[in-house]
Amino acid sequence: MNFKESKPIYLQIADRICDEILQGRYAEGDRLPSVRDYAATVEVNPNTAMRSYDFLQSRAVIRMQRGIGYFVEQEAAGRIRAFRRETFMNEELYDFFRQARSIGITPEELAALYRQYCNNRFEKIQP
Amino acid sequence: MMTIEHLSFGYPKRKNRVFDDFSLKLREGNVYGLLGKNGAGKSTLLYLMTGLLTPQSGQACLHGVNVRLRRPDTLADFYLIPEEFDLPDYSLEKYVRLYAPFYPKFDHESLRRNLEAFDMTEDLKLGELSMGQKKKVLVCFALATHTSWLIMDEPTNGMDIPSKSQFRKLLIREMDEKRGIVISTHLVKDVEQLLDHIVIIDGGHAVMDAPVADICQKIYFGQTENEQEAAGAYFAAPSPHGFDIMAANPAGKDSEINLELLFNGALAHPEIMTRLFTPEK
Repeated sequence: MNFKESKPIYLQIADRICDEILQGRYAEGDRLPSVRDYAATVEVNPNTAMRSYDFLQSRAVIRMQRGIGYFVEQEAAGRIRAFRRETFMNEELYDFFRQARSIGITPEELAALYRQYCNNRFEKIQP
Repeated sequence: MMTIEHLSFGYPKRKNRVFDDFSLKLREGNVYGLLGKNGAGKSTLLYLMTGLLTPQSGQACLHGVNVRLRRPDTLADFYLIPEEFDLPDYSLEKYVRLYAPFYPKFDHESLRRNLEAFDMTEDLKLGELSMGQKKKVLVCFALATHTSWLIMDEPTNGMDIPSKSQFRKLLIREMDEKRGIVISTHLVKDVEQLLDHIVIIDGGHAVMDAPVADICQKIYFGQTENEQEAAGAYFAAPSPHGFDIMAANPAGKDSEINLELLFNGALAHPEIMTRLFTPEK
């Protein structure tokens, strides 16, 4: 079955923290808000925020220092980009291809359009 | 722990019993969402849990003590916010002076902080407040009692939009491992993200009694535009993008719980819920 994703909240929050790191709100080596504070900010159960922190720790984006709190890892930004690339390649691109084929777009067409886009010459086709 | 053991209850002169041999266990450290249709017995259950009603058989216990005995140490260890209530026509300061001493762990600083979160101060005249404001005052007071259990019947009913948000933040800050919270509500969107455990009652039984983590492991919540896929799910409801579905989750995929869908699905197919979630004995 190919149900559309309903991304779990803990992953949405992990994504939000990643965005904050990439945007420089939390720099490498910075301390993150406590799990409870972060949970209160986004209004979720602290157990959910804990899962987000655990997930980011398993991806070596943040690390816990016992008794002190969570810190942004060195090279966190690079890891986030690598992780997002992986998700894009494995999941989003697959859905995109599936859709492209179902409406009859050829690989050549796609390649040409993507090349145009990267050269800043891509224009939306007017209906 | 709060336990309800083989409890049966019916109001006098009414044909049907509200509960018949009903059992439930509630553990501290969790936020329970109690859901049910109008008249399913949600409020009745809360009154039975807090010793305000007497069951015809069975019992409700707090830390192993029958709540119906109404022992002072039992009454000092939970707080019930009913759906409808009235506050006396005097100052909050007097109210606190009269009622806080019943709760040995009452924390005045916490009360002040909670009121502040709702943009309220302690020099309130209770008689001048609107229903929504009264509800906020009682929530602040209840959180400050630091009882083991906090039981709330439709807590967000009557609160304005910013207050609902503050209510969630307060609860998140105040919940901990030693405290249990029960929220009975129809306004599931208001509290959906706070719940650890879902209890759905219907026809005098718990058609669902399961932790959110278990539910998401066994049920996949998603969307589809394909009618056949929707037909193959446990339950599907038409939505603007096609269908919201809850389906089997053999791959153990993470998805986000859709409480309204779960509620409708559980009432439509209680047998599936029973099969998936064998109630705790």
